[in-house]
Amino acid sequence: MSLKRPAPPRRAGRTLSAKDKYGPAIISVSTVVAVTLIIRAVVIRSSQWPRIKDQFFNVDVIVEVFPKVLHGFGINMAVWIVALVVIALWALILAFFRSLNGPWFAPLKVFSIVYIDLLRGLPSLLLVLLFGFGMPALQIPGLPKSSLFWGALAMISSYSAYAAEVYRSGIESVHTGQYLAAKALGLSQVQTLFHCILPQAIRNVFPSLLNLAVALQKDVALLSVLGVRDAVREAQIYTARTFNYSSLIASAALFLAATIPLARLTDYFTKKDRQRRLQGA
Amino acid sequence: MYKIEVEHLTKYYGHKLVLDDVSLRVADHEVVCLIGSSGSGKSTLLRCVNDLVPFNEGVVKLDGVSIHDSEFDVRDLYKRIGIVFQAYNLFPHMTVLDNITLAPKKVHGRQKAESEAHGKELLSLFGLGDFADSYPEQLSGGQQQRVAIVRAMANKPDILLLDEVTAALDPELIGDVLSVIKDLREQGMTMLIVTHEMGFARDVADRVCFLDGGKILEEAPPRELFSHPENPRTRQFLQRIIESGRL
Repeated sequence: MSLKRPAPPRRAGRTLSAKDKYGPAIISVSTVVAVTLIIRAVVIRSSQWPRIKDQFFNVDVIVEVFPKVLHGFGINMAVWIVALVVIALWALILAFFRSLNGPWFAPLKVFSIVYIDLLRGLPSLLLVLLFGFGMPALQIPGLPKSSLFWGALAMISSYSAYAAEVYRSGIESVHTGQYLAAKALGLSQVQTLFHCILPQAIRNVFPSLLNLAVALQKDVALLSVLGVRDAVREAQIYTARTFNYSSLIASAALFLAATIPLARLTDYFTKKDRQRRLQGA
Repeated sequence: MYKIEVEHLTKYYGHKLVLDDVSLRVADHEVVCLIGSSGSGKSTLLRCVNDLVPFNEGVVKLDGVSIHDSEFDVRDLYKRIGIVFQAYNLFPHMTVLDNITLAPKKVHGRQKAESEAHGKELLSLFGLGDFADSYPEQLSGGQQQRVAIVRAMANKPDILLLDEVTAALDPELIGDVLSVIKDLREQGMTMLIVTHEMGFARDVADRVCFLDGGKILEEAPPRELFSHPENPRTRQFLQRIIESGRL
């Protein structure tokens, strides 16, 4: 299947009238122009606009604060990537435990169910506060005291519960015939999951996992409540000093620049996945 | 000594009785076909033989030893019995060769090179030599089903269970699969076959068993069973098959 070849020109079918040909373009252009004009009239022309612009879109402020916010955003991205890797593995282990059957594996299964119920039922912010402030406060020798470490661990624990459920739905989506075939070949339960079920399950839920990754990308900003100097915290520090919110807008722009491409990538994989399933049917 | 002995097998799905005190013996190198309408319990009987589904009462013996006996090695069960399903059940994310070598490598501890050489040999024997590196969905239904047969053969079993292996195939592809099964019969493979292809059962079977309501109502060599059925239910079943032009 080659998607690169351009579609051949359409020569068959009804001849389009001028209305059919240009109507859609005229409608979309006029809509955009109308909405822009309304925004201009209401927002930018309003008497308050200079104040709004100064508070939120002050170019001088944005330029001044940008290096610090960008540096903070580097921390966001670093935490995000490390968390992503750990979550992908840990959630897979949890889902694996949960899908095991038989008395031997019961403790692992129960652990996984309790873990997922607890961690999915608690707000991430609460976990971040509990881990990030609580653990360093214990002053236990040998344990890390960095609130960045504990905050990241809280995010990992919380998101792993969600990701484990996504994996599980993938495992359950694999047809029972696959289990039968694996059993008939003599594969053990663990071998069956590992060689036959999980590769198919992960392929089935990959778009959903990417969706979670997008959510996590912005939720790492929760670590700012611990005083971690990420993009949001840096922006806040500036805001607290100057009462100008343009720094937060700078930080927002960075988050959008990171999440939107990832969201498009997710769309791409979702589409590809749907095509694959339609072909299989 | 029989290859397979099924004694007084009883099986419930929930409260529904699917196998009612079934006994069946298959000798070495014998080919036995199970026929009957859907829901008569023939596929379930097949799956009880290699312990794929648990049964409530009765014994299944291979070469005189119960498969639930403590001296019976469970790994041995899947090595000695191969099964092929109606829906092929190939692993879609693995190449044809990986499908075939998975069990020899992971279950029976064969070397990669050895099992792959044997796998390729089997594939070319079954006319599938060009497809070793293809994925199952790139193959036609008949080719996939033949790959499934090769996969079941890769453990070098001495019993093959075939569960309606042609039911999902287009009519023009059925012949390929059936001729493969006839070849296996020539080689002396012991087979228990669930089938709706009466003509095939007549050609290939040493004995045909007619199942109805979880019981074997009649068993006889195909010539007798198809031309002089004794049980009225068997007659009724065969009459319907003949009317629909399938015999």
